[in-house]
Amino acid sequence: MKLNTKHFGEIDIDEEGILEFEEGIPGFESAKKYVLLGTEDEESPFRWLQSVDKPELAFAVIDPFAIKDDYNVEISDEIINKLGIEKAEEMLVYSIVVVPEDMTKMSMNLKAPVIINACNKKGAQVVLDTDVYGVRHYILDELNRKRNNI
Amino acid sequence: MLVLSRKKGQSVIINDNIEITILEVQGDQVRLGIAAPKDVSIHRKEVFLEIKEENKKAANIANVSLNDILRKP
Repeated sequence: MKLNTKHFGEIDIDEEGILEFEEGIPGFESAKKYVLLGTEDEESPFRWLQSVDKPELAFAVIDPFAIKDDYNVEISDEIINKLGIEKAEEMLVYSIVVVPEDMTKMSMNLKAPVIINACNKKGAQVVLDTDVYGVRHYILDELNRKRNNI
Repeated sequence: MLVLSRKKGQSVIINDNIEITILEVQGDQVRLGIAAPKDVSIHRKEVFLEIKEENKKAANIANVSLNDILRKP
């Protein structure tokens, strides 16, 4: 299936890989289908969550554990049932990234990660029931903290 | 929207299985106790609004090379 995206021009996506976000993503409730695209660097913790129904919409997302090793995601039974998650291994966790003009202030949302069931392709942005994490964690600060700990 | 008055210690029941009790009232602050089944998610509204705002900012991303940022020392 061909998709004319804002960031990547025309791309060919594998329909098997289409993720269903039944409730959309808060602020973008009408976009329900996404694909996860890699970046040019395979080692990169970044991915793109590209909307299929709105080709102009894409979120940069990041593997939060690559930035913050002690990140803890505790998901309610409600979400586990809704996404049909049976094993922890089939669950993918990504944080949505905000890239402001000053790119050093790039941040990730640890309060509301995107959870994807890799088996049945269902996804949702989930609000964690904790005050430990906020919606804006500066990625470079977190990385510096991680490097200094080693 | 249904509007009803409650006093401290009183509660409302929603759908037979959610109970919201007024625990304490102090000036303009009200403390609520919420008893609901585990599969009901409850969040402060501001948190949701904050997440929406953050998502809108995230969607407004320019075409940048994300990996370059991490490579910088």
